[in-house]
Amino acid sequence: MIGGPQGSGVDSSATLFAKACAEAGLWIYGRREYHSNIMGEHSYFNVRVSDEPIHSHVDPIHLLATFEPTTAQIHAADVVASGALIYDPSSTKLEALQLAKGALAIPIVYGDILQKVAAETGADYSKLAIVRNAVAVAASMALLKLDLKYLFQTLEEMFTGRKAKAVPLNVAAAKHAFAAVPPDMIERFPYHLKPVANTPRLMLTGTTATALGKLKAGCRFQTYYPITPASDESVYLEGRPEYGALVVQAEDEIAAILMAISASITGVRASTSTSGPGLCLMTEGLGWAGMNEVPVVIVNYQRGGPATGLPTRSEQGDLKFALSAAHGEFPRIVLAPADPTEYFEDAFEAFNDAERYQTPVIILGDKTVANNTETVLPFKEEHLQIHRGERASDAALAAAAANGGQFPRFALTESGVSPRPIPGQRGGLFWMSGDEHDALGHISEDPENRLVMHDKRMRKLTLAAREIPLARKLHVYGDDPADATIVSWGSPKGAILDALPVLKEQGIRCRFIQVHLMWPFPGKELESLLKGAKRVIDVEMNYSGQLASLIRQETGFAIPHKVLKWTGRPISETEMVEAVTEIVKTSAPQVVLRRGR
Amino acid sequence: MAVNAPVALKPADYKTDVHSDWCPGCGDFGILNAITMALAEMQLPPWEVLLFSGVGCSSKTPHFVKTYGVHTLHGRVVPFALGAKLANPKLHVLAVGGDGDGYGIGAGHFVHAGRRNVDLAYIVFDNEVYGLTKGQASPTLGRGQKPKSLPLPNLNEGVNPIALALSAGYTFIARSYAFDLPHLKTTIRQAVEHKGMALVDVLQPCPTYNDLHNREWFSQMVETPQGPKPRTYKLEDIGYNGRVQNPDDAKEVDAKRQAAFEMAHRKGDRVPLGVFYQIQLPTFEERLAANIPVLKDSTAVSLAIEDPATHRPITDLTHTYRELLV
Repeated sequence: MIGGPQGSGVDSSATLFAKACAEAGLWIYGRREYHSNIMGEHSYFNVRVSDEPIHSHVDPIHLLATFEPTTAQIHAADVVASGALIYDPSSTKLEALQLAKGALAIPIVYGDILQKVAAETGADYSKLAIVRNAVAVAASMALLKLDLKYLFQTLEEMFTGRKAKAVPLNVAAAKHAFAAVPPDMIERFPYHLKPVANTPRLMLTGTTATALGKLKAGCRFQTYYPITPASDESVYLEGRPEYGALVVQAEDEIAAILMAISASITGVRASTSTSGPGLCLMTEGLGWAGMNEVPVVIVNYQRGGPATGLPTRSEQGDLKFALSAAHGEFPRIVLAPADPTEYFEDAFEAFNDAERYQTPVIILGDKTVANNTETVLPFKEEHLQIHRGERASDAALAAAAANGGQFPRFALTESGVSPRPIPGQRGGLFWMSGDEHDALGHISEDPENRLVMHDKRMRKLTLAAREIPLARKLHVYGDDPADATIVSWGSPKGAILDALPVLKEQGIRCRFIQVHLMWPFPGKELESLLKGAKRVIDVEMNYSGQLASLIRQETGFAIPHKVLKWTGRPISETEMVEAVTEIVKTSAPQVVLRRGR
Repeated sequence: MAVNAPVALKPADYKTDVHSDWCPGCGDFGILNAITMALAEMQLPPWEVLLFSGVGCSSKTPHFVKTYGVHTLHGRVVPFALGAKLANPKLHVLAVGGDGDGYGIGAGHFVHAGRRNVDLAYIVFDNEVYGLTKGQASPTLGRGQKPKSLPLPNLNEGVNPIALALSAGYTFIARSYAFDLPHLKTTIRQAVEHKGMALVDVLQPCPTYNDLHNREWFSQMVETPQGPKPRTYKLEDIGYNGRVQNPDDAKEVDAKRQAAFEMAHRKGDRVPLGVFYQIQLPTFEERLAANIPVLKDSTAVSLAIEDPATHRPITDLTHTYRELLV
């Protein structure tokens, strides 16, 4: 772990370190924690490194790198007895820390190293604070016995163009820091990293994965209003104009969703991204899109709520909201991806769903996956196909053009999906209205029309439930038969997957069912999996167990055990193991998790 | 009629046969007629026109106009219109709605549309009341005024749409009157033909709820030092020209903006109609296209995204993956 005041380069240090480890063939999982603040508040970054794929963080700290006293004061107590603390003795007093007995304390005088770099390179000392990052990373690498060449490689990749002049400064600082770690300490430190041969992998965050999925899907219209933790995705898209995606920063989330809806009416694949408070503002547009059968994709990166809540922290409190947002009833599809690969795939498939069923699709992500950095295998693309749904045929348009030019956009069909023309097409004139409407789109309050139109829209959901493959609805991991069945959705998946082998080693065999399609809910499919299951445990990052209540609503199955967390901090592998062990031992109905600062 | 015969379209060809449920004598009829007359005058192919509206009496307009028509949400017509125009700048996009819709619940969107300068024509039906909900005060009703639908005089100051649009950055700002069809038709046409964000604030009697500024009031002669004069008059008739000739001439721009601002606030019993201000500036579409090379000769809507035979996506992410590979 590395920590420091926000704005001091904590992110850069962690990214540098994670990337250097990844360059050495290792798998990394980086967890970012920050305040709603530009500069000064305490922030930190956990980087977990392994020679096998990992999907979560753990609570014990094996190596804590600091360059100021606050981080040491807050986190030193979490350093394991076999771990180490890197600290600056010129500012941090070791006696004041609750460092475990046996843990190594490695003094690195940052000022001395920066002086040496200044003398060596002729750089202005007062401007060298930025290379502190390289100092912390290089000292850590010395302790971990990881060759500095991986760091140099990373520096060269990260600092290009105008920033390239920073490379020699960082390299010099890294060399001095590397040499400043006493060799006996290195030998006493038990956690040494060995490079492994590995296939190329992607190192990225969830927002980047979503952005890539959207581009691949042909999304060429993205709107947003700045909000944490969603903006990163839109800014990433905006920075890649070569793909032709138009990104509009709207005046609010109301306008953001409406621009996307309207763009979609004209035939482009369009989407918007936001977080809970923004989704609140989008609800009227969501209902309008449902009423007018407009394909639109909305990504909601959940954060702590209600209201401003915990703006930079994670939660899964929006499930029920996403299922029911906006007044009245209309079909919607709600997807809950759980890791960067699923963020990519869902971002891609969401546009197919939206166009096939001509209705809004909500992707429920969260801050954990959005902001955390992971190494993953390159995304599979071979199977990807684009389905644009029912469009008005040339023949139908020609026939309409010869007969007054109007087109029954909302024609009643068996599936509920009506072929849609695109404005600009001759013979396609249609109308849309938030009011209930007839086949042409004109306002109608006729009860018979309402009866059939409402049913036409709603039955698209039956079609979606039938057509969406099981592989996109639920995923099953672990052992069967099992001592316990864990049911969860979204980001806790990482900690659960990592906990499974640990639990197994402790003699607890677990099966894990990940619910992926939240609506239309795969009730039947889930019910058959839950029937006769032993010790079913619901795991969620919210207060009330929203998935558990949805499962009860849709299947009648009451999950007897819950593991819940609502501190805004993600669930760790450590906590997952502890919680499942406790439930298996004591049959506790509810375990509330609280770890993480 | 053969579909491809080059027959000139008449205003009636831009009308649907949907029954209009506006009150008899409503100014909406005048505006609807002026819109269809302007469309016919420009001979715009109906399928290339996309008419958006908000919610309210006036926002039913698209159902009566035979082009693509989208009746949206209360106060939200502008972001809708804007999204469509950005996605497909080849469409002629018009937006209509009431004064409550545009200057009240939609005021935020109204302001930001000016900042962007998307090529849209926005026609506001301004009757000082919320007609569909039985005549409550709208944002343009002056303070102390009490149309018959209000139990007590209005407590709020009225907003000045012309001055607001000017502050927000609209590049075409005009006022017209619902029953001055020739003037209204011409003004709407100018707004549609203007390249940029155009506002036409149309003064419009509400015969049911607004008994202060009704059709009679607009047709009255007003006493002036020069003798009785009609209530409304044309800006060009008093030698006013709000059109900026050279947008790069800061002095001219300043002078024209100031003149427009003064004209927007002119007090008195008479009501000026016409173009208060017009300037040619780069549109948002042009500025976006400057950032996104492929949009220079194309539109977001027309970009190919799949191989039509295999339905495989054609977007190649290779160079972006390379940045992320470890």
